Amino acid sequence: MTEFPFAPAIAAAIFLAFCAITVSGALIAALSKRIIRGVCGLALCCIGLAGLFYFLNSPFLALMEILIYVGAVCVTIVFGIMLAEPEEVIEGESRSAALVWGSCAMLVGAAFFLALSRLSLAHPWLSPTSRADGSVAAIGVALLTTYSMAFEVISLVLLVAILGALVIARTGRSRT
Amino acid sequence: MTIIEPIRILLYVVGALAFVGVNAAYLVWLERKAAGRFQRRAGPTEVGPAGLLQPVADAIKLMTKQLIVPPGSDELLFRVAPVMVMAPAMMCFATIPFADSIAARNIDVGLLMIFAFGSINVMAVMLGGWSSRNKYAIISAARVVSQNVAYEIPMLLTIITMLMVAGTMNLHEIVRQQEAGFWAWNVFRLASNPLMPVTFIIFFICMLAETNRAPFDMAEAESELVAGAYTEYSGMGFGVFFMGEYANIVIGCAIATALFLGGWGSPVGALPGVWWFLAKMYFLIFSVIWIRWTFPRTQFYGLLNLSWKILIPVSLTTLVLTSIAIKIPRMF
Repeated sequence: MTEFPFAPAIAAAIFLAFCAITVSGALIAALSKRIIRGVCGLALCCIGLAGLFYFLNSPFLALMEILIYVGAVCVTIVFGIMLAEPEEVIEGESRSAALVWGSCAMLVGAAFFLALSRLSLAHPWLSPTSRADGSVAAIGVALLTTYSMAFEVISLVLLVAILGALVIARTGRSRT
Repeated sequence: MTIIEPIRILLYVVGALAFVGVNAAYLVWLERKAAGRFQRRAGPTEVGPAGLLQPVADAIKLMTKQLIVPPGSDELLFRVAPVMVMAPAMMCFATIPFADSIAARNIDVGLLMIFAFGSINVMAVMLGGWSSRNKYAIISAARVVSQNVAYEIPMLLTIITMLMVAGTMNLHEIVRQQEAGFWAWNVFRLASNPLMPVTFIIFFICMLAETNRAPFDMAEAESELVAGAYTEYSGMGFGVFFMGEYANIVIGCAIATALFLGGWGSPVGALPGVWWFLAKMYFLIFSVIWIRWTFPRTQFYGLLNLSWKILIPVSLTTLVLTSIAIKIPRMF
């Protein structure tokens, strides 16, 4: 079987396209004024991330990213928006307040950016000696042995979230 | 003769596009014919023999219509929504095993892939409804979400039950396990798990609800909500939504065939597998149409009650009982 012409170049182009989708989705999510477009940007960003996971030889994670983040999280957010406010009114904000909040956000963002970039530059990255096969069985074994503590803690967090939602729903019903 | 991989995939993509288009066109014809027969009338007869050219005429009509974007709507989202219904459905066709050697890609997590891309459908219908800026469309979008969220849970629970029985997410593997004959089909494997028919029925009901088919067609309840989320779409925008809906029905029935009815496996040993796959799939599609024209639309509360109070408890019970049935024989 002959190699398809330009195969590495095509793969690189697709990889770059996924990077571009992720970054542009994130930018749309952060910059757009309409909240519904922001959610669409988030969905786009998640699809780009799924593509990157696929490049990391982990199709299971890629599909989970789409199933959970696009199919569940984004849908829930859009549903919330739709119930809350059909006609968006953009509130006017005073200039000085905008300046204060803007500079605060700028400072925090810059601090995060510097810390993360310093961390990633200073860390001695080792290329993995063996490539994990990324299969469902391997992920399952890892979750229940190496990472069982994290797994249990996450389930506790979910339990607390469900209980909290129940409490909020209960009080909401009795008030009306 | 071997064709190199990228070209083979390209051919399959073109084939899947053609398959979806032809299916959408002729399933509409079948639906209208069947509806006519159920109601003791003839259905389409005018264009071509037995009305067979009716879909072509419909397509020409849809394509010549003007595309209208309602003023004040979110134009970008309004135009993107039909694409978002269609594109994920096309992705799902990549992994459906029509026969042992006929599948674009034998993906190891194929079953998961179909559900991942299937979940984008809700978002698309909702965005279409929201961006139309139409009262009926927004009501329909809200209904679509609560319906799909409610029915996705029992659907995924039955899928988990199936995964435990099969032990793999690879659709080819699942079909191969059922190859011995019709007694080995998952729906009839009562010896290993007596609850299989229940699982199949729950899956089928959830499939009807997820594809927004009657008696669960809350998204497009034409007698209550004009045309639901699609009210403001004209011409091919509406046409693409419709094609997406039929593509989802085809995918749902193909999955049911592969998971429960033995896929390409032949019950008598004659004919190549792909014909058996198509026969089983079209039988399921026909029953989807059959159900639509037999039962009236349920009430919305009835719909949610059915899911939360009946289907979810039953599917959870089957899940627990199946895991017990699998585990207990291994303990001795």
